[in-house]
Amino acid sequence: MPSEQEIFEKVRTTLVDALNVDEDEVTLASRLRGDLNAESIDFLDIVFRLEKQFGVKIPREELFPEAIFSGDPSFVTDGKVNAAGLKELQEKLPFANLAEFAKDPRIEKVEDLFTVEFIVSYLKRKTGG
Amino acid sequence: MRWTWIDRFTAFESRKSATAVKNLSLAEDHFADHFPGFPVMPAPLILEGLAQTGGILVGEANKFEKNVVLAKMSAKFHRDAMAGEQLTYTTTMVDLNDTGARISGQVHSNAELMAEADIMFAHVTAEQLPPGVPDPKFVFSGELSQILKMAEAVAKS
Repeated sequence: MPSEQEIFEKVRTTLVDALNVDEDEVTLASRLRGDLNAESIDFLDIVFRLEKQFGVKIPREELFPEAIFSGDPSFVTDGKVNAAGLKELQEKLPFANLAEFAKDPRIEKVEDLFTVEFIVSYLKRKTGG
Repeated sequence: MRWTWIDRFTAFESRKSATAVKNLSLAEDHFADHFPGFPVMPAPLILEGLAQTGGILVGEANKFEKNVVLAKMSAKFHRDAMAGEQLTYTTTMVDLNDTGARISGQVHSNAELMAEADIMFAHVTAEQLPPGVPDPKFVFSGELSQILKMAEAVAKS
């Protein structure tokens, strides 16, 4: 079972290759879109590379569920993710840091949940950590 | 305008690899302007041929039911391609899933490596298309369908 530091280092290598960023730009707090300028297609690239690096299968929608961004009206009220939406996020993304997000749950902030730490937590769980 | 940048498939193994060749003729329009007196094939057109080879490999994996669009690529060039050469495009499937695929590709002239690229394709469903696209299966149709028949013939032989 790899340590969190080992997972982080592999994730960092993956992101450096996939996003053409410098190693020192990638910290646990880096947001994939906001800080590392990942575009939607990069998420697919990242998944392919992580699968190889970690020897795991990452099903579509498990790490980067697209539906969350689509603004389903039962989950979003006045541009903010409502209680039902937060519950949905909690279920779909149990490894995300939702406590911070809940303070300002604007829909455009959802993408900020996708940080390097988020990927590391996901992989920790996935690799049995 | 014709947009076929490979001449013939020479090998095709479903979900694994595809090889095609492209003969460069001085009669091709791009040589006239790129550059006058120094005809070399524009690098994006070399990549287009490589992407068509790999894109068809990816499309065939789902029997051309899904649209395959070029999404991301990184490439390295080692030397120019001149009129009169025959380029061999070799593509290998690296990853393939519902969302898309990645191929690794090389361009050779004789045995010499001229360029190499890592290419990502995305599968685009009819629902993901912007409104107003007349044909929801817009990739593997028209001109390309001729090449597909060729690829099919090579795969069988």
